[in-house]
Amino acid sequence: MVKNLINWIDARIPMTATYNRHVGQYATPTNFNFWYFFGSLAMLVLVNQLLTGIWLTMNYVPTAEGAFASVEYIMRDVEYGWLLRYMHSTGASAFFVVIYLHMFRGLIYGSYQKPRELLWLFGMLIFLVLMAEAFMGYLLPWGQMSYWGAQVIISLFGAIPVIGDDLTLWIRGDYVISGATLNRFFALHVIALPLVLVVLVFLHLIALHEVGSNNPDGIEIKKNKDENGWPVDGIPFHPYYTVKDIMGVAGFLIVFCYVLFFIPEGGGYFLEKPNFEAANPMKTPEHIAPVWYFTPFYAILRAVPDKLGGVIMMGLSIGVLFVLPWLDRCKVKSVRYRSTLHKLNIAQFAVSFIVLGYLGVVPASPTLTIVAQVFTFTYFGFFVALWVYSKNEKTKPVPARLTH
Amino acid sequence: MSNAPVDTGRRRFLTAATAVVGGAGAVAVAVPFIKSWNPSAKAKAAGAPVEVNISKVEPGQLIRVEWRGKPVWVVRRTEAVINELPTHDAQLRDPASAEMQQPEYATNPLRSIKPEYFIAVGICTHLGCSPTYLPDSFAEQVQGVTSGFFCPCHGSKFDMAGRVFQGVPAPLNLVIPPHQYVDDGTVIIGVDKGVA
Amino acid sequence: MKKLFIALVALLPTLAIAAGGHVHLEDANVDLHDKASLERGLDMFQHYCSGCHSTQYQRYERVANDLGISADDMRSKYMFTDAKIGELMQNAIPPKDAAKWFGATPPDLTLVARVRGEDWVYSYLKGFYKDPSRPFGVNNTVFPSVGMPHVLEELQGTPVKQEDGTIVVSGGKLNAEEYDQAVRDITGFLVYSAEPVKLERQALGWWVLGFLFIFFIVAYLLKKEYWKDVH
Repeated sequence: MVKNLINWIDARIPMTATYNRHVGQYATPTNFNFWYFFGSLAMLVLVNQLLTGIWLTMNYVPTAEGAFASVEYIMRDVEYGWLLRYMHSTGASAFFVVIYLHMFRGLIYGSYQKPRELLWLFGMLIFLVLMAEAFMGYLLPWGQMSYWGAQVIISLFGAIPVIGDDLTLWIRGDYVISGATLNRFFALHVIALPLVLVVLVFLHLIALHEVGSNNPDGIEIKKNKDENGWPVDGIPFHPYYTVKDIMGVAGFLIVFCYVLFFIPEGGGYFLEKPNFEAANPMKTPEHIAPVWYFTPFYAILRAVPDKLGGVIMMGLSIGVLFVLPWLDRCKVKSVRYRSTLHKLNIAQFAVSFIVLGYLGVVPASPTLTIVAQVFTFTYFGFFVALWVYSKNEKTKPVPARLTH
Repeated sequence: MSNAPVDTGRRRFLTAATAVVGGAGAVAVAVPFIKSWNPSAKAKAAGAPVEVNISKVEPGQLIRVEWRGKPVWVVRRTEAVINELPTHDAQLRDPASAEMQQPEYATNPLRSIKPEYFIAVGICTHLGCSPTYLPDSFAEQVQGVTSGFFCPCHGSKFDMAGRVFQGVPAPLNLVIPPHQYVDDGTVIIGVDKGVA
Repeated sequence: MKKLFIALVALLPTLAIAAGGHVHLEDANVDLHDKASLERGLDMFQHYCSGCHSTQYQRYERVANDLGISADDMRSKYMFTDAKIGELMQNAIPPKDAAKWFGATPPDLTLVARVRGEDWVYSYLKGFYKDPSRPFGVNNTVFPSVGMPHVLEELQGTPVKQEDGTIVVSGGKLNAEEYDQAVRDITGFLVYSAEPVKLERQALGWWVLGFLFIFFIVAYLLKKEYWKDVH
């Protein structure tokens, strides 16, 4: 009966074939470690954001007059509205935690290298759209931080020569951030960008399954197949990685739910204190900081003493990640078999990123600006150094089979 | 891959256990999503019980009050109307109000707490139109019955206790809302006895 | 690299100070489980604050239910407008009149404890002192140039700031300890008001974590069972 139904469908769309290609017979390296949880976790968080987001729109009012009160309405008057809202707000921060770890995994194991350049590019596009999505979503509660954060970020476009002022006016649709801005950000946040995001995630997965997953050894398992054409070091994704990812999901949810139920404000980093005050165009909060996930790039912006220069450097700090596959000229992928210099370079990059993130949170001071400049230098230094030493890097011999 | 023998029983048990626990989790997650569709505190406040002053209602008069967005009728029935009510039971679909379209305390021949006052939700049980009150000319609809309610949409007919006549599209008697008398001149609609 | 890192670690304390506040705040020590304290706080808030400050995102009925106050008590003791119990706790003065009297509209206080923090609210209420140069004759240690009078003066007494910065109070209805408790009650009410669901959220959180812990163990055993094939 069920078999007949499956046959009937398979004669019309390639259901079983698709399942086998992407799940049942998808050959996955046997040696995935902790770092490999974050891809599936990103999917989980995406689904969480989509569902809770749809449910929030059912009670949210996208007008300057009603937005702030409607969020409090959700928090108080709607049954379990508070839970849906905290799931969405905690999910936003969790999304970036997961994505940054996912990207770092790609960085240390060389997952951006040939033949996975396009996979990396789709991933970077997802990151870019995600930042736009988060930025526009942050305006919607219409609190003080929503308002003034958006004010600052939109003003960045004003640094562009000639068209800058007209461009900011066009983005806002008004002379200041207003209901018009809120409405268009709402439309983009709930419809346009999620659609783009889902399409990009689809492409990211197609690209992944075409070339196959990288692994902590950076070896192509496809190069070593048995007599049936199955990679010797491969196991089918299902059941091995489905059960492993379920375990990963459970572990992640413990941390996620701890934050959600016990520290939903995330110490003022996930939900910033001034955002509990309704937007007031007449009064700027004492200290404006973007949400934590933007702060590394924001710190680079502030480190440059020139408005246009700062915007360019900030753009470059994200843009340079796109060309990473071509900056790294080494043939060895995994950090395990690369030079000490490369290991140190990655370590300093991670430190720079974290320090810049911290500096973006605190108010600027002359000393801190110098510190930010130093770490902006080391941030970019990572890429320059990589390009220089990777050409003739002293690497260790790469094993023929996966290690564990 | 190792060639060690597989304990299929254990495997099946753990798969089932994970599926059951995970499924229970999924059901629990669905709860806030489903419950958030219930009326909010705001909707409940707007649908709160309504206090009506009935001391000024003349015999034979009908007044309408809004409760939860619906018209609620308060009719002061005359002696003649009350006497007429038991005479046409044979023509009704549910003369004894067996279908619980009214609270326990209004499950009586007059479908009310006090014989004089008839309180009902003025919405036809067919498709939701609001019937018209015909105090004197109802005999045109049902011979021998002076007053009643006639629904202009599809011609359903109800007597002065909101009981539906046979041969019309409406399947049930009119709904009697929960209500209680605070004193002789005041009734609260939307609250049962025993609740303040 | 390493040197940089050490330099950075050395910098951290300075950074922390740069990021932190400037005024010392007293610990409010609020207990949301103490319903009697919250009700006293509601009482004080309604009598001394609600004339000018609304808590307009909250409903009377919700407060009554959460604090275990009957609807009749709520109406007779704590509701001074002709609002119905299901309505939002808006206040009586039109915002425009208030702006005329105070120079600015008195802010809504539903969420003040989340904006400023509970310790700030507590310290603020204790921070008034006599200052004839100010329009209302008082200033505040945590909110310099405050734009409102010291409404609790009849309770606290007249606070006078000494040269060493301490505040000495005389002539109030309450002694120092009683006043601290009264202020703690108001603060507690405002903390409750800022997030009425807080206790429910934490209670639910334990159940969720407990469930996830079980789920993790089952999932871990399942994973281990299947991965016997691989290792």
